[in-house]
Formats: sequence, C-alpha cells, structure tokens
Amino acid sequence: MSDTTLPTFRTATEEAPLLRAALIGIAVAGLAVLVFAPLAVVFAEALKDGWLAAVESLGNRDARSAIHLTLLITAIAVPANAAFGIAAAWFITKFDFRGKAFLITLIDLPFSVSPVVAGLCIVLLFGANSALGGWLIAHGWPIVFAIPGIVLATIFVTFPFVARELIPVMIEQGRAEEEAALTLGASGWRTFWTVTLPNIRWALLYGTLLCTARAMGEFGAVAVVSGKIRGQTATMPITIEMLYNEYLSVAAFSMAALLTALALVTLCLKTLLELRHADQLAAIRRH
Amino acid sequence: MHIDIDEIAKTFGGTTALLPVSLNIPSGALVALLGPSGSGKTTLLRILGGLEFPTSGRVLFNGQDATGLTVQERRAGFVFQSYALFRHMTVFDNIAYGLRARPRGQRPPKAEIARRVTKLLDLIQLPEIATRYPTQLSGGQRQRVALARALAIEPRMLLLDEPFGALDAKVRKELRQGLRDIHDETGLTTVFVTHDQDEAMELADLVVVMSMGRIEQIGKPQDIRAKPATPFVRDFISA
Repeated sequence: MSDTTLPTFRTATEEAPLLRAALIGIAVAGLAVLVFAPLAVVFAEALKDGWLAAVESLGNRDARSAIHLTLLITAIAVPANAAFGIAAAWFITKFDFRGKAFLITLIDLPFSVSPVVAGLCIVLLFGANSALGGWLIAHGWPIVFAIPGIVLATIFVTFPFVARELIPVMIEQGRAEEEAALTLGASGWRTFWTVTLPNIRWALLYGTLLCTARAMGEFGAVAVVSGKIRGQTATMPITIEMLYNEYLSVAAFSMAALLTALALVTLCLKTLLELRHADQLAAIRRH
Repeated sequence: MHIDIDEIAKTFGGTTALLPVSLNIPSGALVALLGPSGSGKTTLLRILGGLEFPTSGRVLFNGQDATGLTVQERRAGFVFQSYALFRHMTVFDNIAYGLRARPRGQRPPKAEIARRVTKLLDLIQLPEIATRYPTQLSGGQRQRVALARALAIEPRMLLLDEPFGALDAKVRKELRQGLRDIHDETGLTTVFVTHDQDEAMELADLVVVMSMGRIEQIGKPQDIRAKPATPFVRDFISA
C-alpha cells in the first residue's frame, strides 16, 4: 500500500484488492488440485488407448452387470430415502415431542459411523450365522452377499442426505402455511401436496441429488455386504477396485469415468432445473 | 353466527394456557381479545378455529356443539399473524386455494372461481395484483390478500391473529378502517386478537380483556374505559 494512491471508498464488507486476489487464488488453486485435476486424470486414463478400448471395456458381461446393478440399487435406495427423509423431516419439524434431539442425532448416525462398520453390522444381523439371517436364507431370502444387503447398506449410508437438507428449511418455514391450508378446508393430504411439497422442493431436489451421487459411489459398506461376486453383486465402485487391482487400468478408469459422468449428469440436471425455474426461485426466496 | 365459549380450558404439557373461560359472542359482532403476550388470547382464537383443541369445556356455534369439529369443518376464515400466504403461489392462486380445495361436487367451475377472486380483489381494493407473488407485496397488501383468501371460502366467522401486528403505524390506521368496512359489508362474526388497546377500543364492538389465561373483563369499549373491573384492566388500558 503506497501513499500515492488516491483514497478510494469501499463498502464495509469489501476487502483490499490484494487480499481479494489472494483469496480467489487459493480457492481456484484448491479447486484445480482437488477437483479438476483428478477429473481430468480419470478421463485421460480412460481414453489412454482411445475411445474404442474404453467403450469395449464397458461392454463385457461383468461390466454391464455392474452398471445395471448400480443403477438398480440407486433406483431403489434414492426413492426410499427421499420418502424416509420427507417423513422424518415432517415428523421432526411439524410436531413437538419428547426425544426430538435424540431422533435428530439418530438420523445423523450414518454420517459418523464408518461405512465399513455399517456393512459389518448388516452382516452380523442378517448373515448366515445369525438367527434372523439363517431363517431368511432358509426361506429363500438371502440378504448378505445378495442385492437386498447392498440396498440396505446403501440406504443406511445415504440416509441423512434428504432429511438433513429438509429439516432446516422446514424449521425456518414453520407450520403457519400448512395451518392456513387446513383452515381453508384442504385435507392433510392435499396440504402436503400443494403447500408442504412445493415449499421444500428445491431442498428435496438437492438432497436427492446428493443422495443419488453418494448411492452410486458407495464403496465401504457395499464392499463388506456384497461379497464382491463378479457379474452378480459387484457394483460399479467394487468393479473399479477389482479391475484396478488386476492392473486393468483402462477398464478401471473407463468405469470410473462413467461413474463420474453419471454424477456430472445429476449435477447438470439440477442446474438446468434451477435455470428453468429461476423466476419461481426468486419469488420464493425472501428478500 | 353466534359463538358460545363454555368453560374452555387448555394446558400444554404442564403449563396452563387458559383457565376455564366463558364468553358469548353475538352474531355479527366485531370482538377484540385484548391482552399482553401469554394471556391466552391467541390460544382461545386457535381453539375457535379448530387449530387447537381444549383440554376441557365446549364451543358452540349457533347453539350447536362444535367442540369436536375439525378445522376444515369449522369453515372459519383465519388470518394469521404473519399472514402465512403460500409463497410459491400467485395472489390469485392464494385466494382461489380454498375454493379449489373443496370436494369435487362442491367445487365451483373455473370461470366462477376467477369471478369470485376478482370480486375479492376489488373488495380489498387491490384489483391489479393477481399475478404477483407474496414476496412482491408490501406488508399492508399481504394482510389484505390474507383477508381476501380467508373470505373466499365463504366463512361462517372471521378470526384474525394480531392482524395489524407486523405493520407500521400509518398503514395500521388505514387497515383498521379497512377491516371495519369489510366486517360491516359481510356482516360476519369477527374475532381478532391484539395487544394494542387503542386498536381494540377503536375497532371493536365488544372488548374482552385477558390476562394470565383468565378473562378480566368483557364489555363495550366505553364501559371498559369508564369502569375497569380490576386493577389489571385499569393498568392495561391506561398504558
């Protein structure tokens, strides 16, 4: 800072140019190293031997099975968690009851428990050595080393995403609009569809997208419960690990690139929706 | 419609919000429930509207027991303290909400709904704002839209919770007259909650002074001013 510069006025929250440049620099550098570089590497490695090799590696039976399995698990886990999340958030924010704080902690539990531990719990509970697991297997409903176990593990790990997004929004909005709808003669069901849901739809969308991305990418818990049976219980992340361990790097990175692309698609969807409904969003947000 | 409140009491968990209170509201009256916060006035209003249920006692509408009626069955036009307009709907859709929520058989056709909404917008003297969203309105406009929305269901009574609480002094005065006019035009039995004694005295036919879950005095504004029944009432109205 030299004395020769003219005094310029800036608002109270504005920082000095040097500091601003430094902060922006740090943010950009962080993004570059932690986000863009890995993304670029994944795609570069996948396409190392050309498009054909990459696409071919995704075309074999095991790879197709893994993709199919991951999409199936996601298609079950995400709607289930969206429904659970809405129900839990509704229950917590619209009613007063004892043990509310405890319930909120319980919802957060999957965030604090290691996914591997969660997977082990499912194995202990539903495995062949437990009474429940034995009974289920005897009746033709194996949970562990089968799709139900993977679904359970995925639901457990991604459980908090939707509820966590919804609870603060619903607390902030209070109950007055729902009460207004009821006094106007609307049923509870109609109130939910016409008042509650539209008010939380952006938080719900955001929570669902996070949940989707996490559900597709879940590794630790699924690795424990799936048994990693190629072509049967190996999801995309599991397949990536197995291929990588077998030094099949093009195949591993092609699968990784596809998984990344799926996540990017969900992000693009969100941005698109936000653009399309920009006017509504602006109207809903408080000034 | 005349409303009788018969020994209504309400406790929340361990705390008493309302001791047994009784009150008769004649048909077509404009009544103020006046008291400081925590006096039980809002609880009483919410019990009338069916948003809370009393721990004991009865509510009668036109002499018929209405204690067990659901909030929908009461058909009370309720104006909330912060108006509770549906923020994702336009003013038109807000006002039309109650008509569209009716069961299919009683739901007016589209054109009829539009006609009624337009008429209500004229009544609240805001004919131009149908396509706006609540966030694009001033406080006074929001209050009037909330009133129109409550009136759209052809309510049997009008219940207002601190209808002027969130407004500045000038708008407050204007809207007082607005509420009086709408009350006189519709002839609806109207109960509003306020902590502002000026508002209660100027606007209401009958003022109910409340404190600590009890009714201290019921009377015409001039009678309450001339003969306060308890030291609390004297203190409160001279404040």
